[in-house]
Amino acid sequence: MNAVLEVKKLKKYFSTTKGVVKAVNDVSFSITPGETLGLVGESGSGKSTVAYTVMGLYQPSGGQILFQGQDVAISHHKRKRILKKELQIVFQDPGSSLNPRQTIENILALPIRLHDRDYKKGIAEKVQEILSLVELPVEYMEKYPRSLGGGEKQMVAIARALATNPSLIVLDEPTSALDVSIQAKIIHKLIEIQQEKNLGYLFITHDLSLMRNIAHRVAIMYLGRIVETAPAQQFFETPYHPYTRMLISSIPVVSSEEEKLKPGKIPSMGEIPSPVNMPAGCVFHPRCVDRMPICDQEEPINFEIKPGHWVKCHLWSPNK
Amino acid sequence: MNLSPKKSKRTKSGKAWYKFSRNPLSVVGLVIVLFVIFSALLAPWVTPYPAHSGKYVNYGEANFSPSIQHLFGTDVFGRDVFTRTIYAFRSSLIMGIVVLAIVVPIGVTLGLLAGYFKETWIDVLIMRITDIFLSVPPLILALAITSVLKPNLTNAMLAVSVMWWPWYTRLVYGMATSLRNEYFVQSAELLGASKFHVLFKEILPNCLSTILTKMTLDMGWVILIGASLSFVGLGEQAPKAALGSMVADGAKYLPEYWWISVFPGLAIMLIVLGFNLLGDGISDLFSMEEA
Amino acid sequence: MSQLILDIKNLTVNFRVYGGYLKVLNEVNFSVSQGEKVGLVGETGCGKTTTMKTVMGILPQPPGKIAQGEIFFQGKNVLTMKKSEIEKMRQTGISMIFQDPTAALNPVFTIGQQLYDVVQHSQSSDDGQSRLSAHEVSIRALQDVSLPDPKRILDNYPLQLSGGMRQRVCIALAIARAKQLLIADEPGTSLDVTIQDQILRLLNQIAAEKQMAIILISHSLGVIREWTNRVYVMYAGSIVEESTTEELFSHPLHPYTRALMDCVPKLTGGGTAEGIPGRIPDYFNPPTGCRFHPRCPHAFALCSEKKPALYHVNDTHQVACYLYQEVKQ
Repeated sequence: MNAVLEVKKLKKYFSTTKGVVKAVNDVSFSITPGETLGLVGESGSGKSTVAYTVMGLYQPSGGQILFQGQDVAISHHKRKRILKKELQIVFQDPGSSLNPRQTIENILALPIRLHDRDYKKGIAEKVQEILSLVELPVEYMEKYPRSLGGGEKQMVAIARALATNPSLIVLDEPTSALDVSIQAKIIHKLIEIQQEKNLGYLFITHDLSLMRNIAHRVAIMYLGRIVETAPAQQFFETPYHPYTRMLISSIPVVSSEEEKLKPGKIPSMGEIPSPVNMPAGCVFHPRCVDRMPICDQEEPINFEIKPGHWVKCHLWSPNK
Repeated sequence: MNLSPKKSKRTKSGKAWYKFSRNPLSVVGLVIVLFVIFSALLAPWVTPYPAHSGKYVNYGEANFSPSIQHLFGTDVFGRDVFTRTIYAFRSSLIMGIVVLAIVVPIGVTLGLLAGYFKETWIDVLIMRITDIFLSVPPLILALAITSVLKPNLTNAMLAVSVMWWPWYTRLVYGMATSLRNEYFVQSAELLGASKFHVLFKEILPNCLSTILTKMTLDMGWVILIGASLSFVGLGEQAPKAALGSMVADGAKYLPEYWWISVFPGLAIMLIVLGFNLLGDGISDLFSMEEA
Repeated sequence: MSQLILDIKNLTVNFRVYGGYLKVLNEVNFSVSQGEKVGLVGETGCGKTTTMKTVMGILPQPPGKIAQGEIFFQGKNVLTMKKSEIEKMRQTGISMIFQDPTAALNPVFTIGQQLYDVVQHSQSSDDGQSRLSAHEVSIRALQDVSLPDPKRILDNYPLQLSGGMRQRVCIALAIARAKQLLIADEPGTSLDVTIQDQILRLLNQIAAEKQMAIILISHSLGVIREWTNRVYVMYAGSIVEESTTEELFSHPLHPYTRALMDCVPKLTGGGTAEGIPGRIPDYFNPPTGCRFHPRCPHAFALCSEKKPALYHVNDTHQVACYLYQEVKQ
């Protein structure tokens, strides 16, 4: 199946007064229609930077971004119009992704006006259609974002992304700021819509339990690199990378079945180092319980330990 | 204790009034401003001696101290000071309105452009020009302009406009610079919206509350500057009534015939106070707090 | 039987707004004994923070108004305390740490200056620590929260520290003076999960060492399960269920609690529930009787007529739901 999005050795560096920050360093992945790729990581991992670079909010420092086969690794200002229709993003903070001074109708009318020349039925009707797609009442059209709850605002943001009938939606922590019952509603809807329209999702979150239930494949990032990628079930049942194991063991869970699934308690040590001063060799080595002498010398290479399951770790590299 | 209101009338205008009137001083400001506006509009009908507003001389009634017939007394030409004060409101208000009508669209648009295109030549050009205008002491600038041109109300308004626009540019520049990084603006850009849409439909509406508050406060200040100009003879010319020139005319007669200067002076103070208090109320009105 | 440190009875708080009142807290009952780790779980807007603010005496009144109820801290009613007594309570009785450590620290003062402030303000003569200098107490406080190189940190500004370190500093500020009770409002929520884990472990350790009781407020059921021994579940301004942590997670009773647990995505997979139908109530005109009844799949007539009181299902488990009560007709 042809990938909707293919990212190859993507790099994004920022020059700051303290030095060069390699926010994204050699990241590769692909997404096929109807698939959700989960990108998980903590602060400083670079996952949001990946999202923004794919969208064109940042100009990549290197690598390729192939959207439906075409290289679009440039800033969104220079991208073709069709891309603005096919590739959409839902931001993390529902509070600031909707203009507080515009009605819901106006907010949703914008993408329609820009991309749907064919609106013979009238924009208002199209807006109603989209609202019902996300199960929001038609009366909301005249409301302002401030009268809506956080979850409802996020639904509007999702509706806006769907309004242009895209092929891929990037979702950057869409439910992190929301309560769990509202999150459940939104995730449920997202999965439903994905199946209906065969959409690809690049789903970014730090919440591993959530990831388990929405992603088909998961990639975990640390300091700008993907350290492990696997199909969702394998990722959680047989994680290989020490960082993955550390992260999964720190998740608070609600049932004993889940407890049994977690790898033995690996107490997390230390914090993410400053991205300007990255450790030599494997960037995770200062916090790694399984550290070996080679780890601060050489960076490990990506190795396919099982079909579809890749790890970047000296522990699992073939030549030890 | 039954806390639910009997008739739940939480209307939009009701909510607005609630927010506004929480501070009673705002209501005072509103009353003052409304008084000034209405008395100015209805001057011929609410003043006792409408004829005194223009050319009128009656030395027999000159310099009368305040009394029932002449609430604020009369001036050197025998004109009723109260009537002239009310009529003077007209030129004050006109100055405020015209100056703001010129200054706000220009200043705001320049501020939006400079802020959105920050760190490009557009920003540099606009903001350096703004800086130049701001570095000249305002009154000096106004005086310079009006002394070159003929002294009258129109030129006074022009002079004040020239020195006033940069404040709006600065104000909006700051807001536009931070707003352009908001997710909702980026969403519009990512969707492919035109620059015009982003500037005027996404960013500007979020600046409006601050702009409106400033405009309200500015009415008072522009009127004050206008009075300063007419105090030195560079505004509305005699025999038309203007607050500043009335103060100037009466200054020679202080402290004997104090009422000729003091009442117009108090009127200036009242107007500025009124707009200031009203401005506070407007800013409360726009605050995002839930009523 | 452990001593009761905090006892909140029937607390009802309203907020004055245009046109009426928001009935935010609706007869809240809550208690903490010495040495306990009590969790308070509920979603946004349920009233958890309002309750704690009222306990601490920092509820803005107006627009807040305490309509009824009592809050006993070590036997004394907080609501009738004089200002000086409340201040003393905050100095040596209760502390609170907040969700966002960056917002809780003043960016223009060094950590040292902020610590000295706290230490000096709560000098008490009967406390052995008053003989130590403020400096020594500060260093001790930073060591208690496992911050490396405390001397250097005293000279740092908050923005020079990482999020995890800032949260530790906030905890240090809270425990610099011995206290009976620590209220932790969503600690570590704004931090990475590995750092949050460290912070929660630290709180546990401190509670044991200093024999402090802890109230842990969270919207995350997982955090509550791992770090508390007793839990209160709050919905729309009142407590709907209370039990030992173990029993709450093995046998949740209240329909809201069960719906909430269903919504939590599980590490074992299986998809998510569809959420809870409806919205949180409008506090201006809340539902009559049990505030959850419009969203409850098991609601019947009585539920909308009268608010169910907390009812003991067994020694350690209470529910406010008519499904579990003998209804007197």
